[in-house]
Amino acid sequence: MNLGWKTLIAAGLLASAGQAETMRMAVTTSFYNSGLSEILLPEIKLELGFDVELIVVGTGQALRLGAAGDVDAILVHARAAEEAFVSAGFGTHRREIMYNDFIFVGPPDDPAKLAEAKTAIAALQSIAMAEAPFVSRGDDSGTNKKELALWGEAGIAPEGAWYRAAGAGMGATLNTASGMNAYAFSDRASWLNFGNKGELSLLFAGDPALFNQYAYIPVNPARWPHVKNDLAMQLETWLTSEKAAGLINAYTIDGEQLFIFNATQ
Amino acid sequence: MSGYSEGFWGAWRLIFTFDPELYEIIFLSLQVTVSAVIIASVIGLPLGAWLAVNRFWLRRYVIAVLNALMGLPPVVVGLFVYMALSRAGPLGGFGLLFSPAAMIIAQVIIITPLIASLSHQSIRDLWAEYHDLLISMNATRAQRIRALLWDGRRALLTATLAGFGRAIGEVGAIMIVGGNIEHVTRALTTAIALETGRGNFAFAMGLGLVLIVLAIIINLAIHIIGKTERASTW
Amino acid sequence: MVSILPLKLSAASAHMHGKRLLGPVSLTLGQNGLTVVIGPNGAGKTTLLRLMHGLQRCSGGALSWAVPAAEARQRQAFVFQAPIMMRRRVIDSLAYPLRLRGIGKGEARAMARASAARFGLADLLESRAPLLSGGEKQKLSLARALIIAPEVLFLDEPCANLDGRATREIETLLLCERARGTRIVMSTHDMGQARRLAQEVIFMHKGVVHESGAAEPFFAAPDTPEAAAFINGDIVE
Ligand SMILES: Nc1ncnc2c1ncn2[C@@H]1O[C@H](COP(=O)(O)OP(=O)(O)OP(=O)(O)O)[C@@H](O)[C@H]1O
Ligand SMILES: [Mg+2]
Repeated sequence: MNLGWKTLIAAGLLASAGQAETMRMAVTTSFYNSGLSEILLPEIKLELGFDVELIVVGTGQALRLGAAGDVDAILVHARAAEEAFVSAGFGTHRREIMYNDFIFVGPPDDPAKLAEAKTAIAALQSIAMAEAPFVSRGDDSGTNKKELALWGEAGIAPEGAWYRAAGAGMGATLNTASGMNAYAFSDRASWLNFGNKGELSLLFAGDPALFNQYAYIPVNPARWPHVKNDLAMQLETWLTSEKAAGLINAYTIDGEQLFIFNATQ
Repeated sequence: MSGYSEGFWGAWRLIFTFDPELYEIIFLSLQVTVSAVIIASVIGLPLGAWLAVNRFWLRRYVIAVLNALMGLPPVVVGLFVYMALSRAGPLGGFGLLFSPAAMIIAQVIIITPLIASLSHQSIRDLWAEYHDLLISMNATRAQRIRALLWDGRRALLTATLAGFGRAIGEVGAIMIVGGNIEHVTRALTTAIALETGRGNFAFAMGLGLVLIVLAIIINLAIHIIGKTERASTW
Repeated sequence: MVSILPLKLSAASAHMHGKRLLGPVSLTLGQNGLTVVIGPNGAGKTTLLRLMHGLQRCSGGALSWAVPAAEARQRQAFVFQAPIMMRRRVIDSLAYPLRLRGIGKGEARAMARASAARFGLADLLESRAPLLSGGEKQKLSLARALIIAPEVLFLDEPCANLDGRATREIETLLLCERARGTRIVMSTHDMGQARRLAQEVIFMHKGVVHESGAAEPFFAAPDTPEAAAFINGDIVE
């Protein structure tokens, strides 16, 4: 009995030390929710022989984890912040891997007539004009930053009772929008994988302004000597390989392709 | 409403088909929480007893601090543990962040004040009862604490179970310090938060049901133990 | 072995939060006999017994045993007015004072069994002490105090709340103990009991020893009107 408890404590404390070859990568919620990682990780394990542990957080926190040396690499989508991260010396370099796109979802009666909009900017303007309920993530994530940038380009300061900042991840935001029958701005992957769509449907997509570039950044070993830079480099090589390209481009949900591979050799 | 019943029945299906992912998560939760409860008890129970039998000028302040810590929001604990264990933090060298050990540390910090405070209260009452007798019998300080811990073991078990209940249902701190990594640090509560976020309600509810069942078992146990004690049958 | 007696109190007093509970009291507790402490409620009987036993600190004057205080403490026992029952079975409660002195579990239990037999507790060995009746608790308290074979035994109203039969049982046990040479100091409100047991009487009033001396002359003709009133059952002012 006594021994049992002790073993349990020891197991609890040592569980992390047990696995030899693992690296940690901070990824955004939107990437994780797409389900692509469930296709890629087993292949990586098979071909490279190590586990990649994912820390799923917002882009802002992913960058902070990288800066603190708590992960070995990051995979995020916020170009300006990524470049600042690299130039501050936290990452060695930035490598573009793939992109997906952002979409607008909303109630089927579509009070703001989003389905008829020509551009993303016009879509936002019609939502503001109609003062139709809109749920924003409001969590400083990559998606949130993108949404705010678009409002800026549209020349609108989004505020008023119709604009709700949820302060939550993509899924929670979609849950809120579904509950309120409101509009929301989402990445396509999260939307397709979302299990609680309710009455919501996809109303606007396709404007190139909505493309969402994912980039991979290894954390700088000059700054944090303990990071597993060799594994991070192996992973980068694999992520930009023909093999990865095939898997990424072939990944579909309900027959729709989610990501477009665009890494350059 | 159909979403509700769908989630509900999906949950039971997962439980009774022994979905391996579900049971892996349950196991990790129990592993982390049981370890944390044992460590917190080893620290908290004697601390509570010691505070009950010793009179020193700082005592009241220590108790006040314990009671204040008892109400501390777990996310705050999580944030402090994260900052400490981060590579950029003072304990970064151990590389414990995003491991079950980090989750155990956070939970120990969250429930030790609770266990110490509850055990202090019951040991204090028992000490008031035993005081004259043990002094009269010339029991040494260590003998006194041993007698109080042993004779008060039911109340102490209740304190321990209360700690377990708080730890097993905690999400904020272990999410931050554990990172919710699949197969490594994904516990019941963090998985529920994640799956709810993905709109994957069946899985979230399955985990939620397990959590509810655990909570009920714990509270029944507390109730039964507490009642036997009140009837003074110890 | 040198006796721990006599116990000498010289102008000893006890205070709590600046309030005088007892004293100054000067008296000597000789080698042999049975002393009964009597007096109205709040007179200071309990405080005096606790002071002698060391449960109450001497705030003035002096208290001394014939041997160093630490050694004297090991050779006396106290039976409280309200029995303190540990949350254990009777056998473990009886063995506990022996276990505290480092006696092994088996030996302590054997001694506990013998003691239980002597005090009529043999059938209750496995019962939980807190669930015993008032009389059984009182007997257990007495057995537990005597199991270490103390030289001096203090008892604070050991028969309060007991019926006549249980009172008699306790008295018989005390007389037997006195015959073995145990020095007994007890308080009581039962004048009949005081007359039956006492060899020496201490009459307390308003925190001081109002009158003391051999039992027979005291009960026959007390010196002070307060003591006379008290033993006649009148109200003492
Ligand atoms: N801890 C204490 N703090 C304050 N006052 C106390 C304390 N203990 C006893 N006293 C007071 O000291 C006085 C003597 O109390 P004590 O218990 O010795 O009386 P007693 O003769 O045993 O009375 P009784 O016959 O009711 O048992 C009382 O007035 C009581 O109120
Ligand atoms: Mg009294």
